Amino acid sequence: MAENGIGVAVRRKEDRRFITGAGRYTDDINRPDQLYAYILRSPLAHARINAIETAAALAAPGVVAVFTGADMAADGVGGLPCGWGVANKDGSPMVEPTHPCMVVDRVRYVGDQVATVLARTRAAAKDAAELIEVDYEELPSVTDIHSATADDAPLVWDEAPGNVCYDWAIGDARAVDAAFEKADRVVSIDVVNNRLIPNAMEPRAAIGEYDEATGDYTLYTTSQNPHVIRLLMGAYVLGIPEHKLRVVAPDVGGGFGSKIFHYAEEAIVTWAAKRVGRPVKWTADRSESFISDAHGRDHVSHAELALSDEGDFLALRVRTRANLGAYLSTFAPSVPTYLYATLLAGTYKTPAIYAEVKSVFTNTVPVDAYRGAGRPEASYLLERLVDKAARVTGIGPIELRRRNFIDPDSFPYQTPVALEYDTGDYDACLAKALEIADYAGFDRRRKESAERGKLRGIGIATYIEACGIAPSNVAGALGARAGLYEVGTIRVNPTGSVTVLTGSHSHGQGHETTFAQLVTEALGVDIDNVDVVHGDTAKIPFGMGTYGSRSLAVGGMALMAALDKVKAKSKKIAAHLLEASDEDIEFKDGKLTVAGTDRSVSFGEVALAAYVPHNYPLDILEPGLEETAFYDPKNFTFPAGCHIAEVEIDPDTGVTEVLNFVAADDFGRIVNPMIVEGQVHGGVVQGIGQALYEQCVYDPESGQLLTGSMMDYCMPKADNVPRLEVATNTTLCTHNALGVKGAGEAGAIGATPAVINAVVDALSGIGVDDVPIPATPERVWQAIRQAAA
Amino acid sequence: MTVTVSFVLNGEDVSVDVEPRTLLVEALRDRLRRTGTHVGCDTSQCGACVVHVDGRSVKSCSMLAVQAEGAEVVTIEGLAKGGRLHPMQEAFREHHGLQCGFCTPGMIMSALDLVSQNPDPDENQIRHWLEGNLCRCTGYQNIVRAIKAGAQAMRSA
Amino acid sequence: MYEFNYHRPTTLAEAKTLLESNADAKLVSGGMTLLPTMKLRLARPTDLVDIGNIRDLGGIRVDAKNVEVGAAVRHAEVASSADVRKAIPALSDLAGLIGDPQVRNRGTLGGSIANSDPAADYPAAVLGLGATIRTDRREIAADDYFLGMFETALEPGEIVVAVRFPRAKRAAYAKFPNPASRYAVVGVFVAETGAGIRVAVTGAGACAFRVPEMETALGRKFAADSLDGIEVDAAELNGDLHASPEYRAHLVGVMARRAVSAAGG
Repeated sequence: MAENGIGVAVRRKEDRRFITGAGRYTDDINRPDQLYAYILRSPLAHARINAIETAAALAAPGVVAVFTGADMAADGVGGLPCGWGVANKDGSPMVEPTHPCMVVDRVRYVGDQVATVLARTRAAAKDAAELIEVDYEELPSVTDIHSATADDAPLVWDEAPGNVCYDWAIGDARAVDAAFEKADRVVSIDVVNNRLIPNAMEPRAAIGEYDEATGDYTLYTTSQNPHVIRLLMGAYVLGIPEHKLRVVAPDVGGGFGSKIFHYAEEAIVTWAAKRVGRPVKWTADRSESFISDAHGRDHVSHAELALSDEGDFLALRVRTRANLGAYLSTFAPSVPTYLYATLLAGTYKTPAIYAEVKSVFTNTVPVDAYRGAGRPEASYLLERLVDKAARVTGIGPIELRRRNFIDPDSFPYQTPVALEYDTGDYDACLAKALEIADYAGFDRRRKESAERGKLRGIGIATYIEACGIAPSNVAGALGARAGLYEVGTIRVNPTGSVTVLTGSHSHGQGHETTFAQLVTEALGVDIDNVDVVHGDTAKIPFGMGTYGSRSLAVGGMALMAALDKVKAKSKKIAAHLLEASDEDIEFKDGKLTVAGTDRSVSFGEVALAAYVPHNYPLDILEPGLEETAFYDPKNFTFPAGCHIAEVEIDPDTGVTEVLNFVAADDFGRIVNPMIVEGQVHGGVVQGIGQALYEQCVYDPESGQLLTGSMMDYCMPKADNVPRLEVATNTTLCTHNALGVKGAGEAGAIGATPAVINAVVDALSGIGVDDVPIPATPERVWQAIRQAAA
Repeated sequence: MTVTVSFVLNGEDVSVDVEPRTLLVEALRDRLRRTGTHVGCDTSQCGACVVHVDGRSVKSCSMLAVQAEGAEVVTIEGLAKGGRLHPMQEAFREHHGLQCGFCTPGMIMSALDLVSQNPDPDENQIRHWLEGNLCRCTGYQNIVRAIKAGAQAMRSA
Repeated sequence: MYEFNYHRPTTLAEAKTLLESNADAKLVSGGMTLLPTMKLRLARPTDLVDIGNIRDLGGIRVDAKNVEVGAAVRHAEVASSADVRKAIPALSDLAGLIGDPQVRNRGTLGGSIANSDPAADYPAAVLGLGATIRTDRREIAADDYFLGMFETALEPGEIVVAVRFPRAKRAAYAKFPNPASRYAVVGVFVAETGAGIRVAVTGAGACAFRVPEMETALGRKFAADSLDGIEVDAAELNGDLHASPEYRAHLVGVMARRAVSAAGG
């Protein structure tokens, strides 16, 4: 193993700039002569716009321009595209309404973009926006799934009857029906997956710039995938050819999915910059983030599990309704379908599964991928159902899971819902988690709590996720409108240092370190001599970006492929320098040696020879040492694991405290264990947040967002969570050379069901068998009270 | 209408013309170009904007720039001396107390106020102290660990 | 924020003049409530009169009977004052539970009680101890001070100078915080002073209020179980996303019992 190579907890290369305040986030960037944009947003959930009067705003001090949707339409600006199409059960396409950057005549949620003011200061732009008069004619609105699917529900889109975007299904309905008929027992559950607001700590921001002399546009934006933004905005919205559009995503303060999507503000500032001939900067206030960043989750489901008397799962039937919000955000249609229902097998060998998903439009912020994206929803549903089955059958949560786990020797395992798992050992993770959690000692701890008048519970959840998204041909067959490969370049500089160009953007994941470790391991170059560059379309050949725990499994593998090419070429150069055959060259520890001899050259010498080719096989080899690879994965990767939460409830107040939390995960090979642990910590706390604290609430009457600030939307704080215990149990991914699976989302997937199962366990002794999520103090108190009544 | 406000920023006298409504964080970021102090919310919950004013941690998004008249203001940029990191900065790196880095300056400035009052805080005290600082990446675990280690390093420095 | 003029008087007289000459002027000191409100454009004063630099409004004075805290004294100062801790530890505890450390480093007693936010902590101590509010023109008994949501007995232009808290034989504050904002969903301050036993509740109603039934019961026996069976009427209480009136009513009982226990009952 190289000193700072694979498997070492290398301290992060990127940290110095962040801990000294020298990070460079989008809002830290200021361009000469820039104007500030303020976006006037709809205060109503649903209304027709009869007129927009902007003259007074335009005349206000410091104001340079005021634009509306009509101005953009007049310039031929297109709508925001959707990157994933889903078909209905009958094969017909989903309803795909237009998604204007600024509306023209109808607003569809509180926060919809109505007008943009450009002024010399932020404050002046905001002052002037208050002078814009919009003549709204309010329309009835719907915000939740139940109301949206009611018979006489107001329509968000005239072209979407019943507010249905699509009505989709997966699996073999007949096989499932047959299995249910034969079942000894059926256990069913109704669950809500609560709507969440991602709240990356850095609010979104964008700066557009246009150079009249060259016709070049630049967009600085808080994005997880600048090349995707360039493609979508350039090709579909503004009609700018890619060689004239540079998109830079500098340091980005967290994403969790919410910064994948192409947002209207990016197009507005870019377009407006040309219109006014000055750079245009927009930065969201947090209140604005709440009503303009894509939200996450928001499912309502009914699920039934058919079992034999022995506890074998025979079939699973799921009916889910998902809220997509008012418009289709970039990847929205895929989240409640291919990223959700395909995971309903979980870690179990359930032979027949059928799931129906009806996704609906509502007068709310668009909903799209949020950490885990579909997979947390699947795990939550399944693990709540399995826990309930364990309780009602009396088989118990451990035994029932063990009885149904996919056996470690049955891989590759084809699930009834499209995926083929390559490897895993679910019982090993369960066993590890049980041991660390001292499950055996739980009864004693429960008694201790009871003596103090507290209710203690323990909850288990296993999970599996499909990461490393995705084999492009598979994704394409499922409706993706883009390839999902990744691109990496290894640029060896003449003196042997290495610049890595990657399409995977880093916004907290630590790629600048992890990817450098891959290079150090492969080439023996000191890690200080490796720099990782990301987030700039002018520097990086191409990239699909960072989401779905794909950076290492796809982006890292692209770099591995490029490294292989560099190594192969280096051997050829070394062979020439050493007058040997390239098959005889061994590349090890930064040296290229003729096998069985002491004749060698250093990698640095090879690099220099490549760029100063005075002694070089120019007849057979190009000079230079830089290689690019596109890597398209062969399959998804399947991280899996087991999480155990232990909670204590104060029955007087209903407050739930998470006392212990254990995560035992299988991420495949781990390149930097420190970074992986950190990913799990963060994910778990988001998962605990969903279980106990976070909920997005709309007022059903007015359609106003009631949890519109951090005063009301409860983000987990340091004193809300315990110290977490994190462990791994590794099986190597079989279809990538690194054996890696991805670690970014697991915590948010396993933690939520583990915590809620623990809460239900704590309350089961007093006759409670379900709690709403999030299990807020009042809800728990009410559940206790109702059980007592 | 603008007014001039003068204060000491990271040991240097500065004067800047601001509107009365300009927040301290806006003066720091937009006028004085110290962009290490961040804005993560608009309701004073997140703590990304924490700086020290006269030795105590405050949220610079909830204080007017004019209220800093004559004060000693220290931001994250003022901690490393002569290219050497402050022990608390060092501890955040050593213990992986940051991921995206956005909350980090506020976390570090808040932590230093804690340590100035309690040189040896335990885990529980640190967690409670951080109620005014939100982080969405780390789950707080390594932040807590870093602050404990940073405090230890400061005691032995 | 909308534009405004900023004034920084150094004497109370100067501050009064500024308030009188500007009809839509507002006082600011720590600004922990006012500035966030102004940032959201929910308040539009023409003038801000910053009273944070007026000497007369500062200082903590402790004597045999009372603890007097100046209006411009910050929460952190009260929380960390050894004198306050010795005289009325419950007051230190309460100050240490307000907001978060940075809020406590800026926010002031005067700002908190002048605003009379229904979810603020200090009103519970002011009412629970039966404190006296000293203003630039008179003294107001706590019982006469809190009138409603964001409504107090202060006249236009009247400035809180200090609050005089009587020392207590025993007292404690129990708080059920809003998990997000850390304001009080319900906070109960229980105290026994020379003037008797008082139970004051914040967070639950339009403004801080007392619970006479609890006071009477504790007068008979100062113990948590004396409160069993006493319920406050939910119909009078606040309801929001975090707690229904019914849940708040329940929490008043729970927090009151906890405060009594903490006070040694």
